[in-house]
Parts: sequence; C-alpha cells; structure tokens
Amino acid sequence: MELARKFKLMFSNVPMLGWFLGTLVAVLIEYYWGYDHISYYLGLPKIPVLFGALIMLKEPLMIPGAIGYDLIVYVIPILLVAKLSASFTNPLAAVFERLPLWLSVIIHLVVFYAILHLWSGINDYRILIVKLTLVSIILTISINVINGYQGEFSCSHPGFMALGAYTSSIITLVLFVNDKVFGPALLPEAFGPWLFPFALLAGGVAAALGSLLVAIPSFRTRGDYLAIISLAFMFIVKSAVENLDVIGGARGMGGQPDYAPLPIIFIWTMLCIWVVHNFVTSILGKALNTVRDDEAASESMTIKTKKTKMTAFMFGAFWAGVGGGLFAHVLAYINPGMFSINRLAEILAMVYFGGLNSIVGSIVGAVTINVLGEALRPLELFKWIIIPLILIFVMIFRPYGLISFKEINAKRLLRAKNKNMDENIENDLNKDMVKGKLGV
Amino acid sequence: MSALLSVKNMTHYFGGLRAVHNYNLNIAPQQIVGLIGPNGAGKTTVFNLITGVYTPTQGAITLENENIKGLETNEIATKGLGRTFQNLALWRHMNVLDHIKMAHYSQLTYGLFGAFFNTPTCRREEAHVEENSYRLLELFGIKQHAKQMVTSLPYGAQRRVEMARAMATNPKVLFLDEPTAGMTPDELVQMIKIIRQVHEDFKVAIFLIEHRMKFVMDLCQHIQTLVFGEIIAEGPPEAIQNNPQVIEAYLGKEDLT
Repeated sequence: MELARKFKLMFSNVPMLGWFLGTLVAVLIEYYWGYDHISYYLGLPKIPVLFGALIMLKEPLMIPGAIGYDLIVYVIPILLVAKLSASFTNPLAAVFERLPLWLSVIIHLVVFYAILHLWSGINDYRILIVKLTLVSIILTISINVINGYQGEFSCSHPGFMALGAYTSSIITLVLFVNDKVFGPALLPEAFGPWLFPFALLAGGVAAALGSLLVAIPSFRTRGDYLAIISLAFMFIVKSAVENLDVIGGARGMGGQPDYAPLPIIFIWTMLCIWVVHNFVTSILGKALNTVRDDEAASESMTIKTKKTKMTAFMFGAFWAGVGGGLFAHVLAYINPGMFSINRLAEILAMVYFGGLNSIVGSIVGAVTINVLGEALRPLELFKWIIIPLILIFVMIFRPYGLISFKEINAKRLLRAKNKNMDENIENDLNKDMVKGKLGV
Repeated sequence: MSALLSVKNMTHYFGGLRAVHNYNLNIAPQQIVGLIGPNGAGKTTVFNLITGVYTPTQGAITLENENIKGLETNEIATKGLGRTFQNLALWRHMNVLDHIKMAHYSQLTYGLFGAFFNTPTCRREEAHVEENSYRLLELFGIKQHAKQMVTSLPYGAQRRVEMARAMATNPKVLFLDEPTAGMTPDELVQMIKIIRQVHEDFKVAIFLIEHRMKFVMDLCQHIQTLVFGEIIAEGPPEAIQNNPQVIEAYLGKEDLT
C-alpha cells in the first residue's frame, strides 16, 4: 500500500500526454527491435502476443524471458519516458488546455489510435483481439445504460445484438456482394464502405424497435420478472433466426464484406462513448437514475418515467445493434448460436465486473474480461473457473463493480500536472472520499 | 373568491374499503391549509389522490378551473402541484445539486437529440438550470452541501433538499406530507421559518399534513380534520382547537361519570 502511494506520488506530475509518449516509445521499440533483438536474445520463439501471458502458461520455462521482455519493452521505457518527459509534456498539455476541449480530446485520441495501430499491427491475432475488445466496449456501455443507469436487469442484449448483426449483414450482402442466396450485388462494390454506416444504423434501429417488446412490459414490472421477460426475448430472437432458412437458419450466414477495419471500429466506439456520455450526464439522461432510485418521487418531480424507460431500452438496444453489426463484419460469419446464453454471460460479466453506472467502468470491464479471456486461453477449462472466481471476489469487495458511479471528466484527465500540484492531489483525495461514501 | 385548487365530493375505494368519502377542499392562492387526523385516517391517501398517484373513484379535481383528475402524476406535477413525501423519497445515488436540477425536467426543451449530441441549446438550458438550482440551494441554506451525496446529509438537511426539489418544479400549490416528522424541536422551529419564507418568497399556496399541533396552529389559516376518510371538522385554528369532535377523535371520549 505504502509502495503504491509512493509510486503514485512520484508519477503524479505526469500528464496523460506523457503516458502516451511513453507508450508510443515502447510500441516503437517493439516495432523495430521487438523480434530481431529483444525476443531473440531472451530466448523467446516470437514476440509475445499478449504481454507473454500465453507463452508463460504454455511453457513455464519461458517465464523469466517473457517477464524480461515485458520489462525491457514496456515497463521501463514507459515509466522512464513518462517521468523524464514531464518537463516538456506538461507545458505542451498546458497549451492544449487553452485549446477548445473537443480539439484537445481529438488530438489525444489520434495519438492514442496511432499507438493502438502500431501495437496491434505486429500480428493479426492482436488486431482481432483489439477489434473484438472495442466491439465489447460498445456492448458493455450499451448494457450499462439499461442495467446500470436505468437499474433494470435486462438479459436480452444478445437478442438486440443479433437483430443488429443480421439486419446490417443482410443489407451489405444484398447490396454489395454477389451472394449465393441473395443474388448479385445491387450496387457497385465501391459504395460499400461509404454506405456501411447506414447499414449499421439500420441494424441499430432494428434492435431499438425490437427492444420495445421488453420496454413496454417494464412499465408494469421490474426486477426478476422483467429479467425473465427479457431472457424470453433473447430466446425468441434466437429461435426465430434459427427457423428462418432465408438467412441461413442454424447454419448461419457468412461472407460479410470486410468493411470493419480497425480505424472504423475505433471511430464507432469513440462515437458511442461520446454520445452515451453526453446522454447520461444530461438532465434527460439522469432521469434514468431517478427512475431507478425512486420511481414515485420521479413522477412527482415532473419526470416522464414511461418515456424515460422506453428511451433507456431503445437507446441501449440501438448501440447493441450497432455493436452486433460491427461484430458480424469483423468475423464475416454469424450464426444464431453466437447470440445465446454464453454471450449473455460474457456481457453481464463485463458490465458487473467493470462497474455499474459508469462508462469508465464499462471500458475497464470490457477490456479486462476480453484480455483475460484471451490470455488464459491455454488453461482451457480452468479459464472458466478463474474468471468467475475473480468476478466473485470483485462482487464481495466492490458490490457495484470495480469503478462504479464515476463519469469521465476529460478536462481533468488531460490537464497539465505541474502547476499547483498540491491542490490537485487534494482534489483527488476529496474525490476519493466522496467515492468512499458511495461504495456502501 | 375563486379557488386555486378545488376538490369536489372525492370518494375513493381500495377494493371494498372506502378510504376517502365525500372529501371537499378549496385552496385560495397563497393560503396555507392544514390536514390533521389520527393515524390511518387517510391523509396521505388524500394527497396521493390529488397528486395523481391514484385516480379517485368519484369526484372532481380542478386546478385553476382546469380538470386534472385522471392525468398522469408527472402531468399533474407539471401543471403546478409540487410535493414532498412522508418518508423521504430522495434518489440515493445522486448529489444534492443534481436533485434540484432533476426537478427542472419539465422546463427543458432540448429533447433527446440535444442530449445525445450536447448541442448549444442543451448546454445553454443546462447552464440556466444549474444557476437556478444554486439560487434555490442558497435560499434553503444547503448550498454548502451542493456536491454531497444526499445519503450523507443529516436528516434536517435531507428534508430541506426535498423541499427545495419540490420548489424547483415551480408549483402553484405545495403539498407537504409531515414536513417535521422525526425532527428535533430546534429543527422544527427552523422548518416553520423555512415554510414561512417559502410562502412569502414564492407566493405559493401550501397544503400540509401534520401531527404536531403547535406547528399546525402556528402556520395554517384553515384546518381540516379527517377521521376514517371523512372530514369531521373544518375551520380556522381556534375553532378546531376547541371542537369537541376533534378532541374526541384524538383523545377519546370524555368520561362523564
């Protein structure tokens, strides 16, 4: 604990830009020397894909090598560069502070994307992991709108996802692909990437309309009963798709064109985060919380609770549909089995692990569960013992999830950290205290 | 004198139980009316019927000569009936400032599109609401708690938050359901002060349920006594205080032997 505090204090003057610079250096080191020099001399067969987790679990003899690799490539350069560069990243961050916030955020995001692109560009496996993680972030945030902000226990998310995935897949297959089932392409293929966003939006709208089947019962019932209804909805969608031979039935549907490269998914994810953040921090969005905490009081305070509930469901389902559409185009194959109880368990695990009522929590949850899921793959069956165990422990110590009831404050996140440092630390402490009271 | 809020012959049944019978009420602008009665008399039910939580079986309710019976609770609230609750009904994951902001819900015009994309209209309206909320907080003496969670506040302050929140909806009639329940004598005196101040500053009519006689006699210009869902006595405080029927309902029949 003491060590962590000292560590925090030591790096308290590093702005976000400094961390980005450190990570960029680390990624460049891996890009240029990772294979030829570092992993070769450490006796590793190739660049460790996920920080060496896979190699360590497969061949315990390689553990020192993998740890050494992590230290040399990631830990030491990031910490060193971040700390040493603080003297010029801080003034730079101060310059950015004077820019409009949106511009500063976009610049940071571009830098972040560059890092992500370089890191995942090392091999295809990493690209796939990053893509699926980004899609998971969309799904987790969207279910957080319903289960966290609105406080219902909805189990229909895979159903919404399926609606979005199938709708957008059908649109792209009919319009841009010479498909066996749907016949020749109706439009020239070159239009595809440009019209793809509309296919995704259509998928989102389909999911939003489908969500009405769950939203309307939610006027009269809550809790366990609504959970059963929403679970039923998920199975209805799954069975319906299984029995529709036009769209492949249980065999599934393949051949979606590759319209979802990393940058596109990244942009959609950021768009999702931005829109959901705007919504949940506005008064209309906070109405979701009031309906969750006390419906009668909300009604008496002029809040339209029925409209609010419908909005929550449709909005959450819309983004689930968009996520489903991206998912279909990442894998280029979908079948009804993908949108069943396993997917539900995964999504619920991500949102409850990460934290209710918080976008940051959702991001953390989605990334952790996804990366853990991949990293522990060599353990095979034990993976499904370890991940639930972690979940149980999180639930014991943090009943609302790791980071709950906390919103992103972009200004605070990106600001320079050299001036009046004491004040900053004090603010942080105060914030922690307020949070501590919350985490009852 | 035309009544601001008027209720005529309101009767309500819960299944076979007659909870309220032939209830009449007239509140003039800026009048303070009290509703007293023993436990289980149906006082809170009367509140819930007028504010639209339940729809009365019979009777008419009008606000400024406009029918409000059968509307949704939020529509009635928007038309100008603000209320507090007997057992505090605060939103436990929200801070004080957000409580007051939320009560401005019906005054927003920016719509979902504005909320999703944080349009200039949305930002302007929210800034306006925030300013107004701080003003209210200051008036109720809880500005220093603005960023605190409501659950961490002392009881008296929570009551104030509830009142401030009700006032944020811009009510014409304010319904207070036992505003001093569970308060210390000190807090009681404070509460009387606050209610007087609200009454003067906002020119609002007040309808309140209360058990403490001192409080009711101090504040109200007109008092109704409700027993088993029926009004047994009505009038100015002095008349009620000495009314034998009221004394009987509260203390039991006087033994004459």
